[in-house]
Amino acid sequence: MKNKLFWPLVTLAVLLLANLIHNHDFFSITIQDGHLFGSLIDILNRAAPLVLISIGMTFVIATKGIDLSVGSVVSITGAMACLIISKGDGSSMSVLFTALGISLLLALAAGAWNGLLVSLLGIQPIVATLILMVAGRGVAQLITDGQILTISSKPYSFIGAGYLFGLPFSIYIIAFFFIIASVLTRKTAVGLFIESVGTNPTASRLAGIRSGLIIFIVYVLCSFLSGISGFILSSNVSSADGNNAGLWYELDAILAVVIGGNSLNGGRFYLSGTIVGALIIQTLTTSIYSMGVPPEVTLVVKSVVVLVVCLIQSEAFGSVFAARRRKRDKAAKQGVSA
Amino acid sequence: MKNIFKSSAVLLLTVTMILISACGNTDSGNKASSTNATGTEGATQTDKKITLGFAQVGAESGWRTANTKSIQDSAKAAGVDLKFSDAQQKQENQIKAIRSFIAQKVDVIAFSPVVESGWDTVLKEAKDAGIPVILTDRAVDSSDTSLYKSFLGSDFVEEGRRAGKWLLDEMKDHQGPVNIVELQGTTGSAPAIDRKKGFEEIIKNNPNLKIVKSQTGDFTRAKGKEVMEAFIKSAKAENTKMDVLYAHNDDMALGAIQALEEAGIKPGKDILIISMDGIKDAFQAMKDGKINLIVECNPLMGPQLMQIAQDVVAGKDVQKRILTNEGVFPQDTAEKELPNRQY
Repeated sequence: MKNKLFWPLVTLAVLLLANLIHNHDFFSITIQDGHLFGSLIDILNRAAPLVLISIGMTFVIATKGIDLSVGSVVSITGAMACLIISKGDGSSMSVLFTALGISLLLALAAGAWNGLLVSLLGIQPIVATLILMVAGRGVAQLITDGQILTISSKPYSFIGAGYLFGLPFSIYIIAFFFIIASVLTRKTAVGLFIESVGTNPTASRLAGIRSGLIIFIVYVLCSFLSGISGFILSSNVSSADGNNAGLWYELDAILAVVIGGNSLNGGRFYLSGTIVGALIIQTLTTSIYSMGVPPEVTLVVKSVVVLVVCLIQSEAFGSVFAARRRKRDKAAKQGVSA
Repeated sequence: MKNIFKSSAVLLLTVTMILISACGNTDSGNKASSTNATGTEGATQTDKKITLGFAQVGAESGWRTANTKSIQDSAKAAGVDLKFSDAQQKQENQIKAIRSFIAQKVDVIAFSPVVESGWDTVLKEAKDAGIPVILTDRAVDSSDTSLYKSFLGSDFVEEGRRAGKWLLDEMKDHQGPVNIVELQGTTGSAPAIDRKKGFEEIIKNNPNLKIVKSQTGDFTRAKGKEVMEAFIKSAKAENTKMDVLYAHNDDMALGAIQALEEAGIKPGKDILIISMDGIKDAFQAMKDGKINLIVECNPLMGPQLMQIAQDVVAGKDVQKRILTNEGVFPQDTAEKELPNRQY
């Protein structure tokens, strides 16, 4: 059995190699003000919010669902946290935890809304989550009053811009949630439940799995992780922008899941593949900035790379080539024998 | 049954509208005579209250909110009766609002077009009703310029030129190349295109000034910071020193400043920073020495709009294109200007 991680890892390696050729110092990591400093660190740090959301998205997609509202949840929690902190004392820990707590409750409520629409009311996931995708950004702008909220809070900014033992704190956050998610899904039966619900919800229910509950939980989980991403993004720039925070993250997250070798048909999921997928997307973005691709063509460059990655992974595309090769080999053989 | 309801509702509405418009009629009838009188007798009647219908785009940004507030406040101050409508970024809402202004027979209509095209019909209706129209902030692409009296707004190319001129002056005694990095606005947007154009037009007068890196930061802090991080690393690898940052708006500049500080580069000292718009946060940063120049893009066009509206009603000639009063703020003005910032 070929490892699903093979092609995503090759893609990531090729991208990094291209950067190394363009710029020989790309891998160099120096120490600046007591923390590590370099492009690779940037990529990890910048990919953190996307990785978190993609973990949640992987579970949702594994149940054959999709969550379009993640970007809006990002902007809601960022806005709420910044609003509460701006009202209180920025350096106080109790204000910080109140802000994080209330914002996460909002994220959970958003997830519960999605989950109920999909599991209880049986609305198509793409439509059910579209509602919050549109409305959520409005909610975020209501919270910030349409303005960009700027805050100066040392403890809050540590989440997205702080360093612990020389590495960005956000990396620890994703490591933490990745380990929890892996253990939860691979060492307990939860992962199996999710996969079985994704394969056939009715059969799973008849087999004794509470399909509705599982579906509900994955949406709540996805919103929860998006909420934490919201903290990372807004604390990184110490401001909340209801209009732009997390814009188009839903598409990037879905892409990360797909590039990571997951099928949108659900039933199976590869968490590590998703992580690599998210890293590929961020590496691509960072490469575009550092190689100086003109802004008018960046989207084209991005889409070409994504297309190539998808083609490589497509079985149908691969089999066309395999068939051709077989034909050629056969012809060559005949040529030799003739 | 339903039909009876419907028709009685329509009837009620019609009656109300006739009543309203009748009131409006007498009112504006008076006004028309008073404006005529002004023409002959001089300025005795100019304090007559004029009615201005204003159709705003929406409340999509802090800039826009400040714009709205300025218009509302200055209408009150100028004694203008303001009828305000918020189009929520939809053209059809704006057209509806303008039609209702025409029906109410306001003295002047002003609006910021959501989009450039598709205004001819409704503007013609206003013209036929004899109501002058003033455009604010954004233009229409109508070929018939007689459809509106005046266009009050910023000139983004000029803003770019102002930034360029300051830099040209700042660098006139500088020897050797000056490396400029640019954070562009959203690709394809008018401010991004025009601010780049105006800036390049001026700096090409000095061959030492070169834009070495240019990338879009989508007018946001997060993207501005992310792009700047990548710029810092690649500049380091290429051994180029970044001397100047030219950001197409304040938010990107503020994001870039964070990236610079995290990389141990002192913004405002190791690298000159030019920013645009002039929001409060940027003036705060300039006061702290982190920004060297802010070219203002002023949303506070209320007082100017009221003046134009009064001039138009008084029958005076107004210029077709009026620029908003906008300043260029070097670092030493930051402390004095900061308390005046309203947005």
